[in-house]
Amino acid sequence: MARTCTLAASALALLAATGCGAADMTKQSSPYADAQGTKTVTLSVQSWVGARANAAVAQYLLEHELGYRVDTVQVDEVPAWDALSQGRVDAILEDWGHPDQEKRYVEDKKTVTPGGDLGVDGHIGWFVPKYFADAHPDVLDWKNLNKYASRLRTSESGGKGQLLDGSPSYVTNDKALVKNLGLDYQVVFAGSEAAQITQIKQFAKDKKPFLTYWYEPQWLFNEVPMVEVKLPEHTESCEKKGAADPATVDCAYPTSSLQKFFNAEFTRKGGKAARFLHNFRWTKNDQNEVAQMMAEDGLSAEEAGKKWVRKHPDVWKRWIP
Amino acid sequence: MSQTTTTEREATGRAGPSQDVRRSSPEKDRSGPAPHPATVLAQNAPKQPATQGKPKTAKVPRRLLAAVAAAAVLAAVAATLWGSGSWPGGLTVDLSGPLGRANDWIIDNRDSHWLFLYFLGHISGAIIASVHAVYTVLLALGWAGVSAAAALLAWRFAGPRVAVTTLASFAVCGLLGMWVPTMRTLALMIVAVAASVAVGALLGLAAGLSDRTFRALRPVLDTMQALPAFAYLMPVVLIFGIGVAPAVLATVVYAAPPMARLTALGLRSTDKGILEAVESLGATARQRLLTARLPLARRELLLGVNQTIMMALSMAVIASVIGADGLGDRVYQALSTVDVGSALAAGIPIVLLAIVLDRITSGRASSGDHAHSRPRTIAAWATGALAVAVVAVISDQTWPTGWTVAIAKPVNTAKDWLVDHLYTGLPVIGGTADWSAHYTAWILDPLRDGLQALPWWGALILVAALARLIGTWRTTLTAVLALAAIGVLGRWDTSLDTLSQVVAAVAVTLVLGFALAVPVARSARVERLMRPVLDVCQTMPQFVYLIPVVALFGVGRAPAAAAAIVYALPAVVRITSQGLRRVNPGAMESARSLGATSGQQLRQVQFPLARQELLLAVNQAVVLVLSVVIIGGLVGGGALGYEVVFGLARGDLAAGLVAGTAIVCLGLMLDRCTQPTKKGAHDGA
Repeated sequence: MARTCTLAASALALLAATGCGAADMTKQSSPYADAQGTKTVTLSVQSWVGARANAAVAQYLLEHELGYRVDTVQVDEVPAWDALSQGRVDAILEDWGHPDQEKRYVEDKKTVTPGGDLGVDGHIGWFVPKYFADAHPDVLDWKNLNKYASRLRTSESGGKGQLLDGSPSYVTNDKALVKNLGLDYQVVFAGSEAAQITQIKQFAKDKKPFLTYWYEPQWLFNEVPMVEVKLPEHTESCEKKGAADPATVDCAYPTSSLQKFFNAEFTRKGGKAARFLHNFRWTKNDQNEVAQMMAEDGLSAEEAGKKWVRKHPDVWKRWIP
Repeated sequence: MSQTTTTEREATGRAGPSQDVRRSSPEKDRSGPAPHPATVLAQNAPKQPATQGKPKTAKVPRRLLAAVAAAAVLAAVAATLWGSGSWPGGLTVDLSGPLGRANDWIIDNRDSHWLFLYFLGHISGAIIASVHAVYTVLLALGWAGVSAAAALLAWRFAGPRVAVTTLASFAVCGLLGMWVPTMRTLALMIVAVAASVAVGALLGLAAGLSDRTFRALRPVLDTMQALPAFAYLMPVVLIFGIGVAPAVLATVVYAAPPMARLTALGLRSTDKGILEAVESLGATARQRLLTARLPLARRELLLGVNQTIMMALSMAVIASVIGADGLGDRVYQALSTVDVGSALAAGIPIVLLAIVLDRITSGRASSGDHAHSRPRTIAAWATGALAVAVVAVISDQTWPTGWTVAIAKPVNTAKDWLVDHLYTGLPVIGGTADWSAHYTAWILDPLRDGLQALPWWGALILVAALARLIGTWRTTLTAVLALAAIGVLGRWDTSLDTLSQVVAAVAVTLVLGFALAVPVARSARVERLMRPVLDVCQTMPQFVYLIPVVALFGVGRAPAAAAAIVYALPAVVRITSQGLRRVNPGAMESARSLGATSGQQLRQVQFPLARQELLLAVNQAVVLVLSVVIIGGLVGGGALGYEVVFGLARGDLAAGLVAGTAIVCLGLMLDRCTQPTKKGAHDGA
């Protein structure tokens, strides 16, 4: 009996200590932010190298020109939206189009605000290496892909041709496409983009044929020239159908201009950092330059950012508020 | 006062509180650092009541007969009802609809529903506030202050050698440019460990004092111990989203069970005679607890703290996948770009942190009986604290930027060279890429196809027979139900894929482990050589093993298997060699006198007599391999681990949760299939 009383009392005490009021967990930021009075901006870094290039330059400028402290956290695309709406991340610098999340967080909940164009157009497609396309030009039409399925077989593709995909988190309809176009292929996820690149480089070294999910802008094209396979044309009706049920998609990926998104609170109170990130806008060539330094020359994000900033003051001076 | 000292003296001089503690404590004393968490737990835990009084050998054929007979009947029925092949579609339940709706509901109501505002929000808020507070203190102490404080703790708890190790480790963390991430991980760890120890101790107290709680809690703790860390991530993400709060919660759930279990064990193993003596002195229940039972259980309590810390570190690193930040995040970022150099730069501090924390806490557990006179202790602490404060004040706060060594680039160069030269085309032995291709094509693929071609009822019967041979009826039932649950969830084929990876990796682990254990058991010199290697391997978090294997084996199922084998090997070697060494010397002597050769002794005396330990080694290998094969989803391991990664990455919590549940079932099934039942007689030797 006495024990029960003690228990109840301590439970009450706990309630009292926590303040009994409402605690909105969607407004709790990272415990590491703003430590010791520094102003912190938390950027979500996705795993592909283009996005890391954006973050590298933004981080360098925020730290060295505007005096902020920048944290970068790796979060996958969809969870990043949730983290963004909760304020655990302040900004996503490169979004490839997530209509569901946009509707939920931007239109309905108003916890995320659009941050404008990044200035880079993105396109996703299926690619084969140039050496293979030169030898077999008809592979560039999807209707002929089945003819080559047996040549694209690997140990992971189970008797079918292999369509190499990267990270499961990337925007992809490949499984639906393979099914709806009646292709004799198996989608094999490498697990991450880096793994996919390693795999592609191995193939290219041995001049082996492969078919891969890939996208532009991407620095790897400079090293392994690849040609896009023509898929059924992207139409509006197909897009609508896909939006309703992703499993019915049977046409190519659209070309979309990549977007930035900010936490609503950050947009309002982020001051210079928010305005700077809003102005952040560069070209495909700029991004590729930084991406190549990081991925190919093995520079750290900070070194690559510094190098680019030294070289292109004309570009970034316009961003500083 | 005098009463306490009496019981304490008796505590240190007691002959041995219980069979279970005795099994782990010699190892503890000899090896210094803690054995693998799971190993100790398994050794400590009386998992199943010792129901078998009779010798096991006589029982096996009869059991087998019964199992075969039951199997034949069931198979006929099942085949006529649902046919052969994969799990029948009619028997599955699709949970993705309701789970998806639950997920949407949570996201839509997270900022308005009372459950979140008045309960979960406070939990999350409290966690974030505490981590923030600890982090602020660590930052305020500065690098020199933190190092000095850690060294002071190490010195007081474990002696000057550990203090030097601690200082060196922290210096290396700073040198690698990982000071801030290390402090973040440390802050998260401090909060998570404090919470785990508190929760675990409370649960353990309840289970230690009440038989009914103990009976209710034990199967839960047993199960939690067998589950891979990855399975814990999905539910917390569902409720709390991405961030530090869910990471801490997942860590607490993962790390509290060992504390609970060891506390309960310590309390329950108190010598009855002492308790009676204390009672006869007229002590109340509370006095008995505080002055006799808790002090007597000190060894178990400290071991529990040590285990909790090691498991918390392991989980805190894995939790980077759900946004825990810190060192794990650096490893995760580097892994996703296959940047082995950066991954290593972040991995080394994790390993150092693990070693330091382990040495500090296990030092206390084995040498906790130093009789310091109280004033001297206080004076020493005060001097130390003052020194820390002085150092903190005079030094810079952040690690000086000039004092870092960038190892990423040279490591990557070395790795590229290695890959270029080892990857393929070596004469005779082939390259690592060839090994990995052969392992996949010759072992994994046939095994997977074979398992998937098995009629589903055949798989159930196979599991039942295996579990019955090794365990009891209850373990058999659990194993079969767990496997059936996988089928019902609609993850039959994927789970068998994971299963094939586990079985193949366990087989390799056991072959290597037994081969290594024999020389370790036979030669004291080999044992001395191997011990530090095993110690370090056993303290490393699972995540770290993924780094080198990606470099060597590329991506796919083979690197996941390689990581799993390396991770499980130390536990297998340790348990097996102990089992072999503990074989009754009399039996060995008589075998020798009968003229048995060394090999005959091994095969016909040592291995049969160490059967119990060998089974335990198999069980541990299965549990440990499964946990890494699942994490292997991050490096292209596919199957269930991939589905969890996919669920986390796509925010498709329905897919992730179902896969997580399937992992739980698979873990349960594997554990119960291999769980040896205890026999009292064997340990008397």
